[in-house]
Amino acid sequence: MVYNTQLTPELRDLANSIGEASRRAGLDFFETIFELVDYKQLNEIAAYGGFPTRYPHWRFGMDYERLSKSYTYGLSVIYEMVINNDPCYAYLLRANNMVSQKTVIAHVYGHCDFFKNNYWFTKTNRKMLDQMANHASVIRRFIEDVGHDEVEDFIDCCLSLENLIDIYAPFNQPTRKPAETYDDEEHYRGDPVHKLQAKKYMDSYINPNEFLEGQKAKQEEKQKRKKNFPENPEKDVLKFLMDFGPLNSWQRRILGIIRDESYYFAPQGQTKILNEGWATYWHSRMMTELHPLLDSEIIDYCDQHSGVVAAAPGQLNPYKLGLELLRHIKRRWDRGQFGIDYVNCDDPKKRSEWDLKLGLGDKKLFEVRRIHNDITFIDAFLDEDFCHEHKLFLYDYDRRNNRYVISNRKFGEIKHALLGQLTNFGQPIILVKDGNFKNRNELLLEHMHEGNDLKHEFTTECLRNLFKVWQRPVHIETIIEDVKRRVSYDGSSHNVEKI
Amino acid sequence: MKMESDLNRFRKIVRGKIKKELRRFISSGDLVGRQGNKRITIPLPRIDIPHFSFGNREKGGVGQGEGEVGDSVGQGQPQPGQGQAGEGEGQHSLEVDVTLEELAQILGEELALPNIQSKGKENIEDKKYKYSGILKKGPESLRHFKRTFKEALRRSISSGDYDPDNPVIIPIKEDKRFRSYRITHEKVANAVIIYMMDVSGSMGDEQKEIVRLTAFWLDTWLSTQYNGLERRFIIHDATAREVDSDTFYKTKESGGTLISSAYKLAMKMVEENFNPAEWNIYLFHFSDGDNWSGNDTADCMKILETSLLPVSNMFCYGQVESRYGSGQFLRDLHKHFGEVNEGITTCQIKDRDAIMDALKSFLGKGR
Repeated sequence: MVYNTQLTPELRDLANSIGEASRRAGLDFFETIFELVDYKQLNEIAAYGGFPTRYPHWRFGMDYERLSKSYTYGLSVIYEMVINNDPCYAYLLRANNMVSQKTVIAHVYGHCDFFKNNYWFTKTNRKMLDQMANHASVIRRFIEDVGHDEVEDFIDCCLSLENLIDIYAPFNQPTRKPAETYDDEEHYRGDPVHKLQAKKYMDSYINPNEFLEGQKAKQEEKQKRKKNFPENPEKDVLKFLMDFGPLNSWQRRILGIIRDESYYFAPQGQTKILNEGWATYWHSRMMTELHPLLDSEIIDYCDQHSGVVAAAPGQLNPYKLGLELLRHIKRRWDRGQFGIDYVNCDDPKKRSEWDLKLGLGDKKLFEVRRIHNDITFIDAFLDEDFCHEHKLFLYDYDRRNNRYVISNRKFGEIKHALLGQLTNFGQPIILVKDGNFKNRNELLLEHMHEGNDLKHEFTTECLRNLFKVWQRPVHIETIIEDVKRRVSYDGSSHNVEKI
Repeated sequence: MKMESDLNRFRKIVRGKIKKELRRFISSGDLVGRQGNKRITIPLPRIDIPHFSFGNREKGGVGQGEGEVGDSVGQGQPQPGQGQAGEGEGQHSLEVDVTLEELAQILGEELALPNIQSKGKENIEDKKYKYSGILKKGPESLRHFKRTFKEALRRSISSGDYDPDNPVIIPIKEDKRFRSYRITHEKVANAVIIYMMDVSGSMGDEQKEIVRLTAFWLDTWLSTQYNGLERRFIIHDATAREVDSDTFYKTKESGGTLISSAYKLAMKMVEENFNPAEWNIYLFHFSDGDNWSGNDTADCMKILETSLLPVSNMFCYGQVESRYGSGQFLRDLHKHFGEVNEGITTCQIKDRDAIMDALKSFLGKGR
């Protein structure tokens, strides 16, 4: 069935005029195509992660079921849906009232600008809409060739490992040589000891024995590392599996597809607070200042906006945190509250009245949206004043009463905890430590333990899936209840041992 | 809709999950408690794709709001830290709707139950008259006043006769509309379950709950096998009486037990209402196996042998274990009829988990 998803003339004019106002304000975005859909379509698109075509998989069905149930019971409504692509695609809910449509359109332009300009998005595929459709057809073909169950099982496997990527990899040079150059000769051939260039009669002076010794030690160290496989622990576990796992071609391709999609979605997880804050900041300025609403619409708008930034008691809402932090930055840079003089000033009265009338706020905001991700954003701008003003606190689990309680309001600890939560999207950091463990072609991963234990049931399940890919026993080193342990799976049973 | 195939796939997986969990559902009471309409909602844990991730429980985080150190943070679990806000769905459970028929079907598949060979007439049909249509001709007694009036009004307005100040409508012959009936054929119930339960002092609440759960599943299965199913309930201690289902499960009597009283009543019921040539008769008797006297037990055997077994598809005796019951009756049955008998099925239901096996032995014969 073909749906008519074109905007009504009224909405089209609205989208154009808000778009123009946004550009005038300095936002810079790809062409943005709005589509008007009903809630069923919106739920469907949302279940597919924003894309109209994805490969067949049951979890999309599950997400769809959940979304439509929560819509039916009025638990949640999806406000806006926009995808990072050139052109950007965004979806408007047909049933929304005009105020909502305006707000959503302004919000969407904020996101589009962010997608285009934020550094962390620069390596994403801007033709992902096509790419996703390609992935879908490739996987459909595999399904026809090898069967639905087999392909689906393998996808389940890959999805279970999808978070084992290195989010910084797209920005670094590859550290490892391509797979083909790995052979035994390369492994064990020693290079001659490196000497500094010198005339013969100067040699003993320029390259004294101690220096040569040092060089030799370095060499040996390097040699020793070379025997390691991989040479250095690798964070992109999926890449390692693709390069060295005993997979056949369709499996390798599927693993690659899941990895590609993981990398595509990664920046959105990395910039949730900043991205939503940015979009919310702009819809709020747009609706109240730059492309003002009618007087009659203000109450509805306020109702809606407060819904967006509302936080359930005791919880952090990324929209709100991002928005307030951006406003905080604007105020500080408009009034010149930065630099050594301001930082060193510890007179609260003077600080709060500090105003050099620099008006640098907007400029600073655009700089922030260009270079920051959530971690650097929080790290650079969440200061003590903000923390107090917005009543942030740290909560902890009270084992005795089986509830969560406020544990403290100390700025340093709160910030530390927040940054900790955001590190690696709140996912554990896991590296490939040894691809030839015990010299028996077994795979050893290492969890960089930073205070939180892994969820054990999931760990064992993941190892099971990892085994399906690696096809030899797999292990992970982690810390469980303060003791370093290795969890293993050998194809038939799990084993946990102290190390 | 493209989503359809993914949704079906998901539902299929869920069904597989229901199958695996069926044992748990069967022994848990809450499912039966919710058999409101014809649908049952089964809460399922979200099917999570496992990832290497942090154990969420007992993990602190950052929040925002009023409150002193030591105050509780709202109710329930806070959402996982906002780092995961993108997918921070927490532990929502998913509810799946299953119709009773579907549930029975899954039960049948899981227990490998044979379909029942019905006896008596396959389908007894009954005619029913339903007034659902409108005709232009008919007897005056079936005239549809409202429709007739509307037709007349329509005619008079379109012909210009209608005067709002003097709204008199006179129907002519063409305006008249009459009700008409349709004949529908309805299948008549041809199976009856007679539940008998010992409610003497030795049967405790837990025992009755087991009976209730077992009966629910028996019902669910048998009703998929027959077009219509009647249910009768008999409770007995030293005397027996017929009750409705509510009373059946709730009554607690004290006092002794004469099992033959129930069998006699069942016999009378069958003779009066259910001609064995036409009816499929199922008899289920639940007891803790305590009978007052040896004489009475002998009576029981006689009634079973001469009257009840010949007329019924199946006689099932489920013995629930109680602290006070001796369990003697089961042994007596075995002594009299042998452990394996065509017409009689016995089973010991030790606890809730044994219900599944009981169902299998009761329904496994396909009679």
